[in-house]
Amino acid sequence: MIHPQLRRSLLYVPGNMPAMLQNIPIFSCDVCIIDLEDAVPRTEKDTARLLSRRFIEGYTQRNKEVYVRINGLDTPYFRDDLAQILPAMPDGIRLPKCEHPSHLRRIDDLLTEFEEYLGCEIGRFKVIASVESAQGIINVNETARASSRLVALGFSAEDYTANLQIDRPKTGEHLVVPRQLLLMACRAADIQAIDTVWADASDQEGFRRECEHIKVLGFDGKSLINPRQIDVLHEVLAPKPDEIDYALQVVDAIKGAREQGTGVVSLGGKMIDAPVVARAVRVLLSAKSLGLVDTDIDEQVIYGDADS
Amino acid sequence: MSKNSLGREIPDIWRGRVLRPYRDPFSVQPEGPRVARPIRRVNPGDNKLLGSLREAIEASGLRDGMTIGAHHHLRNGDQVLNSVVKEIAAMGIRDIGIASSSIHPVHEVLIPFIRDGVITRIESGVNGRISRMVSTGQLDVPIVTRTHGGRGRAMMCGDIKVDVAFVGAPTCDEYGNICASKGPSACGVVGYSHSDADYADCVIAVTDNLVPYPAFPISIPQTKVDYVVQVDSLGDPSKIVSTTTRVTTDPIGLQIAKYAATVIDLSGLLKTGFSFQTGAGGASLATAANVRDLMRKRGIVGSFGAGGITGYFVDMLEEGLLEALFDVQSFDLKAVASVGRNPAHIEMSADMYANPFNAGCVVNRLDCVVLGAREIDTNFNVNVNTESDGTLNGNTGGHADTAAGAKLAIVVAPSIRARLPIVRDEVTTISTPGETIDAIVTERGVALNSKYQALAPDLRRRGIPVKSIVELRDEIYGITGAPRPIEFTDNIVGLVEYRDGTITDVIRQVKG
Repeated sequence: MIHPQLRRSLLYVPGNMPAMLQNIPIFSCDVCIIDLEDAVPRTEKDTARLLSRRFIEGYTQRNKEVYVRINGLDTPYFRDDLAQILPAMPDGIRLPKCEHPSHLRRIDDLLTEFEEYLGCEIGRFKVIASVESAQGIINVNETARASSRLVALGFSAEDYTANLQIDRPKTGEHLVVPRQLLLMACRAADIQAIDTVWADASDQEGFRRECEHIKVLGFDGKSLINPRQIDVLHEVLAPKPDEIDYALQVVDAIKGAREQGTGVVSLGGKMIDAPVVARAVRVLLSAKSLGLVDTDIDEQVIYGDADS
Repeated sequence: MSKNSLGREIPDIWRGRVLRPYRDPFSVQPEGPRVARPIRRVNPGDNKLLGSLREAIEASGLRDGMTIGAHHHLRNGDQVLNSVVKEIAAMGIRDIGIASSSIHPVHEVLIPFIRDGVITRIESGVNGRISRMVSTGQLDVPIVTRTHGGRGRAMMCGDIKVDVAFVGAPTCDEYGNICASKGPSACGVVGYSHSDADYADCVIAVTDNLVPYPAFPISIPQTKVDYVVQVDSLGDPSKIVSTTTRVTTDPIGLQIAKYAATVIDLSGLLKTGFSFQTGAGGASLATAANVRDLMRKRGIVGSFGAGGITGYFVDMLEEGLLEALFDVQSFDLKAVASVGRNPAHIEMSADMYANPFNAGCVVNRLDCVVLGAREIDTNFNVNVNTESDGTLNGNTGGHADTAAGAKLAIVVAPSIRARLPIVRDEVTTISTPGETIDAIVTERGVALNSKYQALAPDLRRRGIPVKSIVELRDEIYGITGAPRPIEFTDNIVGLVEYRDGTITDVIRQVKG
C-alpha cells in the first residue's frame, strides 16, 4: 500500500555549505536532501561528510525527512559517505545513477550491514533512488521492486539528456517517455514518483508550468534546487476544495468503521479500501500543511493497529 | 547615575546637560510655548541671492560657539555640509555644533575639523568613520542620536538651537523657494529640513540649480529662507538616491517576509483604510510585496503609505492600492519622479511625520510598520545604533517613532548574521524600547509581545512557528553559542535620545 508520507518537495542542500545546512529546519519542504555528490567538489568530500554529519546529529527537532545523496556506486566515495553519515541517523539515502536493480540490492545489503553494526532496526534507512540514463529507464520496472527500502524513484533529466546526447528544452517534450515509464513502474510497485529538478531558479513561471505538467502526469513530488521553489510547487499541488471534502468524508468513515471494529467501509456506495484511505490522508496532510484544514491526522485511528 | 525603566544606567549630568532617564513611551508632558525664530522684514527690491557660501555665512552672523543645521537627503552623495564646514574653518570660526538629520561616511572629511576644534558637537546619529573613531576613543566629539520625530521636537522645544541652517536645495529660485523634486541633485523631498526652516535663526538655501522665479512645486517656501547661494554641485547624484530598490530574492528574507505578511493578515488590520510603512531593506520590501498581493486579491484599498518612500510604494499608489503617500525622504528615482507630479504623493516634514509634541503626527495614524534590527533582546528592545563590536554606526531614524505610533510594530530580522545571534539576552544599545514592539519575525519563527499573544493559535494553524522570545533566543544560541560580552570603558561618548527627549541608553567607549 502506498505510504501516506508527503513527499511533494525534495530540496537539495549542498553538504559542504554550513550556512545553508543550518537553514534546513526553517524551510517548508517535505524532504531535505543533503548532497554529497554533484554539488560538492572532489576536494570537499571530507568536509561535506563531516559538516553534514554534525548537522544531522544536532537536528534533533526534526520537522521534515532528511535524506543524504551519497556519491554513486561507481565512485571511490560512497563507502566513506555511508560510514560517516549513517551514525547520525538520517531518514534515508538518495542513491544516484541507479541504472539496474542490482545497484539497489547492493545498497540494500550495505545498509543492512550498517544497521546491524549500529544496532538499529533492519530496514530503518529508507532509499530514494535516481534513474538517470536510458539504461536506467529500460530497467525501471525491476528497479522499482528491487528493495523493500525503496520508498520512491526520482528522475534526473540532466543526466538523462546528456546520456541521450540531446539538448534539454524547457518544454519537456523529450521527457514524455521516461517520465511515463518511471511513473508507471512506481505505481505498479506502490512507491512514490519524484520528478526531476527545474534548473533555472530565476524562471519561476517556467517552473510553475512544469509543476502543473507533472501534477497532471501524476507525480507525487519534485526535486528542488532553490527554497523559493517550495511554495510554488505546494501551491500547484494543493488539493482542490472538493478533494479535501471527499478526503474528510473518507477519514470520518474509516474512523467510524475502526470504532465499530471493522476495517471495511463504503462511502456513497463505493468501497473504501486502503489505497483510497492513503490518498485521502495525503490530501489532508497536504491541505493541512497549507493551512486549508485544521484536522489532525492520527495514523493509529486510520490504520488501526500499527501492524495491520 | 540612575537607572531608567529599561535598566540602563544614565548619568544625571553629561557634558553640562541634565539628563532625564526614559520611563515609558507616552507619559512625558511638554510645557510652555514652542520656540520662535526672530521676525524680519524683506522689502521690495531686497536681494536674497548672495555670491558665495562665504558671503552667506558672513550675512548669517555665524560665530564661535553656534550651531548649524543640515539635512541628509543627499545621503552619501552630500557635499553641502563638507563645503560649509570647510568655509567656516577657512573663516576662522570655531566651536561649532552640527545639528544634521544624519552624518554619513561621505562626511569623514570633517575629521580634521573635529580634531582642530572647528566642530565640537554633533547633534545627530552618525554613520561611518567618524562614529567608529569616536567609539574607540580616537576622536572626541559628543554625539546625541535622535529619532526623526525627536529632532523636530528638540528644535521645537529649544533643546537644539540652530543658529544657521544650510539647506541643500536641488532646485531654488533667487527668492528662496526650494523645490526638491527637480534638478541634477533631485532628492524628491526635504522633509528633514522643514524644522530647520521653521526654527533656525537664519536659513540659507544652497543650490546647484538656480531657476527663474518661481521654483515649484515648493518644498520650503520663500517666506522662511533668508539667503540663497549658488554652488557648482550639491554632490554626487549617483549616491543621492538609489536607481531602484529591490525586493530580496534571498530565501531567508522571503521566508521572513511570508511570516511577517501572515502576522499582518491575521492582525485584523488589513482592511479598507489600512495604513502601512516599511523600511527599504530587502525583507521589509518583500513583506510589502506579500501584503500588496493580499490587498489585490481581496480588493482592499489602503489609506496611506508613509516614511521613506520607495518605488515599491509608488507602484502601490499608482495601482490604486493606497490613496496617498506621506513622504519624508525619497529613496529611489521612481519616488523622486512621483512626488514631483502626483498630488497624492505628499511631501511631509519630520515634524508632521513623527514629532510627539505637536497636535498629532502621522505615525499615530499608522496601522502597521515593518522595521529592521541589528539586535533584539528578550524584552523585545531593539538596537539600530551600534554594531556587534559596540561601536556607534547609525541613526535611530523613524524606528522608535513608528514603533510607538503604529498599532502593530513588526521587527523583521534574520536570526543569525555572520555567525552572530540577532536575538540575544541583551542588546548593545537600546534604540527602541521593547514595550513599543509587537512582534519579532525571524526565519526560525515569530515571537509575539503581550498585546498580540492571541494571534498565536491562528499563526500556528497557518504553519508558522510561534515561539516565546526566550525559546527563539535558545534556538539561535544552540547554533551560534552565547556571544561574549563587549568590554567598554566608563567614558560616555554619546547619548541615545528617545523621541520625547528622555534617554534610553548611552554609548560608551569600547575598550581596547
